[in-house]
Amino acid sequence: MTQACVTAPFGRRSAPVRSIERSGPYTFLRALDAAGPKPRAGQFYMLQTARGWGGGDDGRPYLPRALSFARVEQVNGGLELTYFLESVGPGTARLAACATGEELLIAGPFGNGFDLDRTRPPVLVAGGVGLAPIVALDDKIRKTDGARSTVLVGMRDGERAAAITKFGVECGIATEDGSAGHAGYVTALLERELEDGHDSTVYACGPPAMLEAVRALCSEREVPCQLALESGMACGYGACYGCVVPTVDGYARLCVDGPVLPGDKLETAIVKGAGH
Amino acid sequence: MYGGPVKIFGAELAHPVVNGSGTFDALAARRVFGEQLDARFPFAAYVSKTITLEPRPGNPPPRLWELGQGMINSIGLPNKGLARFIEEDLPAYAMLPAPLIVSVMGFSGDELAAAVEALGERSEILAFELNFSCPNVETGNIVGSSPEETAAMTSLLRGRTEKPLIAKLSPSSARPDQIALAAEQAGANAVSLINTLPGMAVDPSGGGPWLGGGGGGMSGPAVRPVALAQVSRVAEAVEIPVIGMGGVSCGRDAREMLDAGATLVGVGTENFRDPAAGERILAELRELNQSSVERK
Repeated sequence: MTQACVTAPFGRRSAPVRSIERSGPYTFLRALDAAGPKPRAGQFYMLQTARGWGGGDDGRPYLPRALSFARVEQVNGGLELTYFLESVGPGTARLAACATGEELLIAGPFGNGFDLDRTRPPVLVAGGVGLAPIVALDDKIRKTDGARSTVLVGMRDGERAAAITKFGVECGIATEDGSAGHAGYVTALLERELEDGHDSTVYACGPPAMLEAVRALCSEREVPCQLALESGMACGYGACYGCVVPTVDGYARLCVDGPVLPGDKLETAIVKGAGH
Repeated sequence: MYGGPVKIFGAELAHPVVNGSGTFDALAARRVFGEQLDARFPFAAYVSKTITLEPRPGNPPPRLWELGQGMINSIGLPNKGLARFIEEDLPAYAMLPAPLIVSVMGFSGDELAAAVEALGERSEILAFELNFSCPNVETGNIVGSSPEETAAMTSLLRGRTEKPLIAKLSPSSARPDQIALAAEQAGANAVSLINTLPGMAVDPSGGGPWLGGGGGGMSGPAVRPVALAQVSRVAEAVEIPVIGMGGVSCGRDAREMLDAGATLVGVGTENFRDPAAGERILAELRELNQSSVERK
């Protein structure tokens, strides 16, 4: 895969929260990045609040949190970055509790991002907060390139599926509780999609079990896929060696060798400690 | 006057802030941040991640556990081995705008001696740091916990290289001053401390250890009082310079480490939270010269 040539500003920088919006258990956090370059879909940032980072559950958070951006827009004064998150631990809880105008410290953009293959129709698959980089990639394909894409999104329930509308993404929906779209997993939609032809490339982000199902499905059908993985991460820029996942070439640091890895480099997308 | 130039190992460093080994991958950072890294290189000398004679994949994931004021890591010294380090990394490290200290570890005296000998003639290298104290490899703390072993190993390596040797001490010893003294008497030119404290996290889903390596090494602000106590005790015992580290996150922490007797201050885990932590901590340290800041 070609590597992203987006260079991050050295260090962390202040990014004020422009707005915060909640949709069911999800939060849309929009911040102004006055100094950063335009990121590539699938890249991520390390986020922390300038004040009150710590003192939650077990005294955490201490380390910044890695979040892919969902949307980037040029606005007055810089780039508006939209992050899409669910409060699942002390770090995301603190970020979700941000107020408009509050100061974030961000570093990035980090990682490789998706490597869009324009010679093959794109099929995008998202699960839960894995929707973030999929929205970014879909924006790139539809808005920037004016091309077509197929987007499939899986959510646990209807309350979560409602957040998809806020992004305005046209997509096929699956919910585990059957309250919206197909009742079941998003991989059922992907299976149906891949029946019609094998010339697509699949781009996916979601929980480990979903990514593993996507990987296995694509591997069986010999469809190339790119999977955006997640792992606990201390630094985001290759310093700590904490975010490794096993690949056919040995351990890969998700922060600098990923977070997007080709499916055929993985024996499994299920790695203990990944996906949180 | 804090934050000024420091003479050590026959060189003059621009200031006293260095990195802890394994907490800043300068080659990865240069790919991520580009040329700005050279212009704003945050350390007066750069300490490499530990290398071993043979390549090591490191420990299986998960490798990290977050604490309220720190973390536990189980990285396990992944590295490409001495031969590829010399071929691929050393020329790139030589381009950094700071002198290079290479951290080496061996599973036997012969292994360490082979590494030190192979690198001993390289003019790119200012000094060696001997990692006697990694908690994430089986033999890691054995040498570093015993004055006799430390002396024997240091003296073996002293005979193999002219370059300055820094003994990285374990915080697990009840008498770090005796270990430091043993290293000094065997010919070490400096000691650095503390390495991480052995720690463990339990899998929240029940039962066994969370970390892939079983236990791990604890670091961050939570260990800073331990570091200060040990640096202070060691600095009183030895004549050679002490490189003090452990939880340093701001200029005031750096000043306390210097006040405890350190000649250089290492920044470690804070690099993870802030890639430019070294630069910021130096600026804060220098600002303290202007005003006496009281403890909050």
